[in-house]
Amino acid sequence: MTAAPALPTDSLGNTITVAESDDVLVVEAADGSRWELVCGLEVHAELATETKMFSGAPNHFGDDPNTNIDPVTLGLPGTLPVVNQQAVELAARFGCAIGATVQRSVFSRKNYFYPDMPKNFQISQYDQPIVVDGRLELPSGHVVGIERAHLEEDTGKSTHVGGAGRIKGAEYSLVDYNRAGVPLLEIVSRPHVRSAEQARQYVAELRSILVACAISDGKMEEGSMRVDANISVRREGSGELRTRCEIKNVNSLRSLVRAIEYEARRQADLHAAGQKVTQETRHWDENDGRTHTMRSKEEADDYRYFPEPDLVPVDLGAERVAEIAAALPLLPAARRHRLAGLTGEPVTAEAVVVTVERGQDDQALAAIEAGADAGRVLVHVVQNLAVDGGADLAPERLAELVKLETSGDLTATQAKQVLAELVADPSTTAAEVAKAKGFEAMDTGALESIVDGVINANPAEWEQFCAGDDKARKKLSGFFTGQIMKASKGQADGRAVAQLLAQRSAS
Amino acid sequence: MTAVDIARGVRAGSASATSIADAHLARIDEREPDVHAFNLVTPDVARAAAAEVDRKVAAGEDPGPLAGVPIAIKDNLCTDGIATTCSSKILEGWVPPYDATVVQRLVAAGAVPVGKTNLDEFAMGSSTENSAFGPTRNPVDLSRVPGGSSGGSAAAVAAGFAPLSLGSDTGGSIRQPAAFCGVVGVKPTYGLVSRYGLIAFASSLDQVGPFAATVADAALLLEVIAGHDPADATSIPQPAPAISEHLDDGVAGLRVGVISELMGEGIDPVIAAQVRAAADALAAAGATVTEVSVPAVTFGLSAYYLIAPAEASSNLARFDGVRYGLRVDAPTTNEMMVATRTQGFGPEVKRRIMLGTYALSAGYYDAFYGQAQKVRTLIARDFAAAYEEVDVLLSPTTPTTAFALGAIEDPLTMYLNDTCTIPTNLAGDAAMSVPFGADAAGLPVGVQILAPALGEVPMFRAAAVVEAAAPARPTGKDLR
Amino acid sequence: MPAHISRDDVAHVAKLARLSLDDAELDTFTAQLGAILEHAEDVEALDLADVPPTSHPFDLVNVLRPDRPGTTLTPDAALAGAPQAEAGRFRVPTILGEAP
Repeated sequence: MTAAPALPTDSLGNTITVAESDDVLVVEAADGSRWELVCGLEVHAELATETKMFSGAPNHFGDDPNTNIDPVTLGLPGTLPVVNQQAVELAARFGCAIGATVQRSVFSRKNYFYPDMPKNFQISQYDQPIVVDGRLELPSGHVVGIERAHLEEDTGKSTHVGGAGRIKGAEYSLVDYNRAGVPLLEIVSRPHVRSAEQARQYVAELRSILVACAISDGKMEEGSMRVDANISVRREGSGELRTRCEIKNVNSLRSLVRAIEYEARRQADLHAAGQKVTQETRHWDENDGRTHTMRSKEEADDYRYFPEPDLVPVDLGAERVAEIAAALPLLPAARRHRLAGLTGEPVTAEAVVVTVERGQDDQALAAIEAGADAGRVLVHVVQNLAVDGGADLAPERLAELVKLETSGDLTATQAKQVLAELVADPSTTAAEVAKAKGFEAMDTGALESIVDGVINANPAEWEQFCAGDDKARKKLSGFFTGQIMKASKGQADGRAVAQLLAQRSAS
Repeated sequence: MTAVDIARGVRAGSASATSIADAHLARIDEREPDVHAFNLVTPDVARAAAAEVDRKVAAGEDPGPLAGVPIAIKDNLCTDGIATTCSSKILEGWVPPYDATVVQRLVAAGAVPVGKTNLDEFAMGSSTENSAFGPTRNPVDLSRVPGGSSGGSAAAVAAGFAPLSLGSDTGGSIRQPAAFCGVVGVKPTYGLVSRYGLIAFASSLDQVGPFAATVADAALLLEVIAGHDPADATSIPQPAPAISEHLDDGVAGLRVGVISELMGEGIDPVIAAQVRAAADALAAAGATVTEVSVPAVTFGLSAYYLIAPAEASSNLARFDGVRYGLRVDAPTTNEMMVATRTQGFGPEVKRRIMLGTYALSAGYYDAFYGQAQKVRTLIARDFAAAYEEVDVLLSPTTPTTAFALGAIEDPLTMYLNDTCTIPTNLAGDAAMSVPFGADAAGLPVGVQILAPALGEVPMFRAAAVVEAAAPARPTGKDLR
Repeated sequence: MPAHISRDDVAHVAKLARLSLDDAELDTFTAQLGAILEHAEDVEALDLADVPPTSHPFDLVNVLRPDRPGTTLTPDAALAGAPQAEAGRFRVPTILGEAP
């Protein structure tokens, strides 16, 4: 009996699993064969500390070159690293936020030569990382497993002179070590991302957590959050795992989506043609919309990891970790569940997702708690308060406005206008604005006479409306409502009008 | 004059730090061309430091416990504004912008730095013949090596250039040259003395330690440099121990064990005899002396030559011509790094870098580095078991006395010099060499006293007794 | 006597360590490294399956530094030892290849 082939394992020796999903990117190759995306994401987040990972040099973006340097940063002979307490705290905070285990961890040296690395080794974590085994629930409800997260130091930055600033064709390079030593949290997901949209949601959600917990400012555009994608494809419906490629240089969520779609197709086409996908690192080029092989190395890097002899292990202990977990702010997924619960919307509803994403769920909830109709509150927050200053509108004002609307004192259109005024002038109340604008509920008698007036003025259309089928009625209803609105100078309440038209046509 | 005497005199105002500095600088002028203990003599720094000490004394300020004492500093310790080369071409002329913690402490204590001493390149060697700037000669016999890697520091004390010097010890680099030159050399407990500013060779083994002509002087210097340093995460979270006040405690009741594995084959019988004589002296002073087995010490050499080069290969990767030191130009950065390192490193350094790289490389890590780290555990356990039975251990410091310059060319033969000293570095314990007699040619013999981690006090107590009982050493061919 | 390290191995580690050796050196180093590794056979032969490795001589844990700024080097001091500098940065020849 032949032994089963060894199942592929991750960096910690666990068997690799691929998550199933309703939303899977499937690429159809030229020969009609169909290929599913299997994707894992590696995110490097710069931690929001005052100082660097292993020394007291400032952790600050955008300063003049080589101004945030100390002897340890430069790796000057004789210098030694000492671990930044806050970096450990933030990593633990992240672990708690994703429901992971925060464990005793050890630092390791990753040895390779590159001019932006002052010591020609990077202090990182290898076989005992600080965080293992977490999960991230996306707004769509899909869950992505997180294999590990570990602490390491960032490298310096080189700029290439000559050759249009790209590394290829440059005459020489200049190195700035300001970024060298900045604390990084490397977050590695399991290959549970099955579509480009899930990838986008994963990164956005991760970012929300990092920002909500003050772990990182998550600015992809400043490089404080970097994303690499590990992509492979497999035959639709199969359980196989094929060769994957690592895609680097994805600098925005939009690039991420494009890169994934391109690479999945590239690999599918190769497999379908009977060709091999080489396991390699590829570079995403935003300009030509393709991934490219990076300069091929003659042999794979041998990083010769060994435990960092200048540092001792870090073990926060269960009690401290529990304290950190207890002190976490409410996270985006929990916020979505809370808002969904209170509004009766599904947790995946766009209104719920968007409101939490914009950080306006507290506003909405407070308004609802003040007695306003949950549905109307949500509609207003999503549609009318997505403007400058909208998030600052006091929930009591919003609640007051919604109450005026639901009691019939304001039409939907009027409510929208009042809301805009409230945002512009926070000192005023909904009632005051309504009064100032002359938005009072039209009395029933006046409305009835306007409706009757419009009916009488359009007898032919009225006959069609009364006699017509649903389709005709719908179309003509629009016509009559329009006329009534015009005649009432917009003050008629839409629902009241519909009611009256129905009444009149029935009699 | 001893360091203790100088400090006492200067602090009392009865001796001038400046005249003491001048006297030592004159002696250096006179004999240094023969000995070559220094890569750099620093008369201006010395005179400025001495002047400052004299100023403080005159002003009634405390000049520190090492007031006016000249000291030589191994050239792998960073000195702010003063060239620090590790005796390597790759760092020739490099000037650090900061002081090692031990240097800060000695300057604050009033010591007077007279120069940076020669060493085997990057502390890799046992004879100081691997220096890129020429060897140091043993002041006792100029045709012989002073030992290594801290040969210059040992020679500086032996030649009277300074009563104190600092060295570093990774596998015996303080104790072995101390034995060869007939001076006292101490490797403190790992973590007792800060490594911040010591240019790293093997991070988990390196320690900075004192050389002196007397046990009391060595204690004085150790007290100044030892103690927790927040800049070194491996430094023991305790202040410096008090040692000097215990030097006259004697050894009544102290249990001493002679390490049987280090007294037989491979050890010069003359040296073994001196160790037994030292043991007898301790017994006569009231200690209980037995023979003790520490079996794993025989694996020390092999484990060391897998661990130390592995850590060194990583520690020396930073020398690449990009940020400081030598750069050999080339069209690409990679070629520049290769050319710089090839030209800048000597053969022993290259040998160890390659050995270390191999020991860590994919597929070999478990068999080599991983296995050696386990042997370390065995050695630590065997020492711990021995220290259940005894308080301190005794052994030769070296298998032979100082050999002639150029006598040993084979690397492995050179490594055998460290068989007695290496195990202590692997265990992280304390050990020191005390001069005790000489061989027929008048070459000094060193006796090694070993103690468990943080056992400096009993170690020094035993050392004081051994020193007092040491036979008068015939003056060697060249000394004085 | 089995070779403990081949000439190819030595060439490989030299490359990993950014060292260039000529043929004579390659031969010499191969012999010397082989002798050292042969000596280390005594260690390789031990059965240490149940023995934990020692990375540090003693068990310190959680040596951490508060997140407060320390002293920095001025750019001039940082660049003082630079073999070549330009525009406040360290200048190096062409770098081929992206960082791993």
